[in-house]
Amino acid sequence: MIINHPLLGPCDAQEFTYLGDASLLHRPDGMAEGAADAFVDYSYPRENPAGLHRELWFHEQGDRSWLVVTRDTVTHEITQVELASDVARREGRSR
Amino acid sequence: MRYSGFRILQQALTGHKGWTPAWRNPDPQPHYDYVIVGGGGHGLATAYYLARQFRQSRIAVLEKGWIGGGNVGRNTTIIRSNYLLDGNEPFYEFSLRLWEGLEQDFNYNAMVSQRGILNLFHSDAQRDAYIRRGNAMRLHGADAELLDRDQVRRAYPFLDFDNARFPIKGGLAQRRGGTVRHDAVAWGYARGADQRGVDIIQNCAVTGLRIENGRCTGVDTTRGVIGAGKVGVAVAGNSSRVMAMAGLRLPIESHVLQAFVSEGLKPVLPGVITFGAGHFYCSQSDKGGLVFGGDLDGYNSYAQRGNLPVIEDVAEGGMALFPGLGRVRLLRAWGGVMDMSMDGSPIIDRTPVEGLYLNGGWCYGGFKATPASGWCFAHLLATDQPHPTATAYRLDRFARGLMIDEKGVGAQPNLH
Ligand SMILES: Cc1cc2nc3c(=O)[nH]c(=O)nc-3n(C[C@H](O)[C@H](O)[C@H](O)COP(=O)(O)OP(=O)(O)OC[C@H]3O[C@@H](n4cnc5c(N)ncnc54)[C@H](O)[C@@H]3O)c2cc1C
Repeated sequence: MIINHPLLGPCDAQEFTYLGDASLLHRPDGMAEGAADAFVDYSYPRENPAGLHRELWFHEQGDRSWLVVTRDTVTHEITQVELASDVARREGRSR
Repeated sequence: MRYSGFRILQQALTGHKGWTPAWRNPDPQPHYDYVIVGGGGHGLATAYYLARQFRQSRIAVLEKGWIGGGNVGRNTTIIRSNYLLDGNEPFYEFSLRLWEGLEQDFNYNAMVSQRGILNLFHSDAQRDAYIRRGNAMRLHGADAELLDRDQVRRAYPFLDFDNARFPIKGGLAQRRGGTVRHDAVAWGYARGADQRGVDIIQNCAVTGLRIENGRCTGVDTTRGVIGAGKVGVAVAGNSSRVMAMAGLRLPIESHVLQAFVSEGLKPVLPGVITFGAGHFYCSQSDKGGLVFGGDLDGYNSYAQRGNLPVIEDVAEGGMALFPGLGRVRLLRAWGGVMDMSMDGSPIIDRTPVEGLYLNGGWCYGGFKATPASGWCFAHLLATDQPHPTATAYRLDRFARGLMIDEKGVGAQPNLH
């Protein structure tokens, strides 16, 4: 697979390591009420869709940036690649 | 029809005209006491033991494709019970004991071959870990034997013992481990279940779960609505998709694992070997092909095929261990989609929806589990109690902090 890095252009997926569902960007607040349940929900259950999946890839052999890749889990086709920092900020995180 | 040596002789003398289909091809009835979703090894074994062991009736197995088309016909056929943790080892040992009597039990030749499995180690630390594992196995009544370098060399003289980076220092052997003809397992259970009145319904995909007042009362399928007293789901890599029909999210990611077979060779590998310093394992089929595999592709996938980098990685692992492999030509490569659970161990449990039961999360190791998985799931369905060897396989173990993580890598399915 080729991942079209927003800054570096097309890169072999072998340069990356895979973390999983992009919902992992939204780590719960450990101090909030119900934090234990929120962490169980964050850590274990997954949507695991057959179809479009937003997922985190780390460019370990490259610029060490985190990317959010939108990929079809049935065809492996990649339709969108963004910097995870951009996505996190857009979704309300401070950084 | 009972199969026997006498039957073969009789058929041989009468032109093989008397063989009958191994199972019926019934139309679905409107209602069953038990509906098993998924006609892989686990679903078929569940139906078989429900009927034979737990004396239940009115059972159907619904399969979206054909019997044996899923992972039960795609795996590398290895059976063993060499686990470390208490939650796992008694269950897998129970499974190995069932394999030992299976062919007589269901009257089908599944080519169960206890040719032994050997896990090689390449460092002192790894030797210590394998000694510990061997002791854990023996405490649970399984067999385990530590072999030194010379003992390994006698059985497998052609391995690269003096590899500069990964010298072979010995291995942990389980002589009762081995291989089984995978398709025959599906066919044997299907035939055995059918003979005991189970309806095996192929080309019947479940498209919805009927839930009324928190209770599962049946399934929608491509062949109409089928009512059910209890619904047991055993759909391997598709557990998340089927359970999503009941609004449940599982601690599972689906990943693809590839496997390979070479051209047929004369007998070279007497047993199953696994490389301890990379992802490679290998056995030789009775047809002579070397059957081998390695690591997951590593990203969520529902495609029953993988990519080239893993093929290269597996080939490199093979060459590091077994340099003669370089002269062998590859015949076929394929992939299967598996439920990778968050701790690498399976789930056999009730669900929050009454009447709906789950058997999933088998990762890359569910073939060896087939008999015990079927038995324990049937036990749960028939009695609403977990079987004593499967009490740890609960769905809520993640929330309760009771993970069964053999590798100790945490909630990262692609690393298990
Ligand atoms: C390449 C590879 C190598 C492996 N090697 C080994 C090994 O050496 N040893 C070992 O122990 N394990 C191994 N495994 C794992 C093992 O194959 C699986 O864990 C096990 O087969 C899964 O159980 P099953 O046989 O019931 O699955 P399957 O045969 O996949 O059965 C599930 C069935 O459910 C059906 N289904 C799915 N969705 C629906 C629906 N909506 N409606 C109706 N039916 C549905 C599917 O069509 C399928 O037939 C390997 C797996 C792979 C992919």
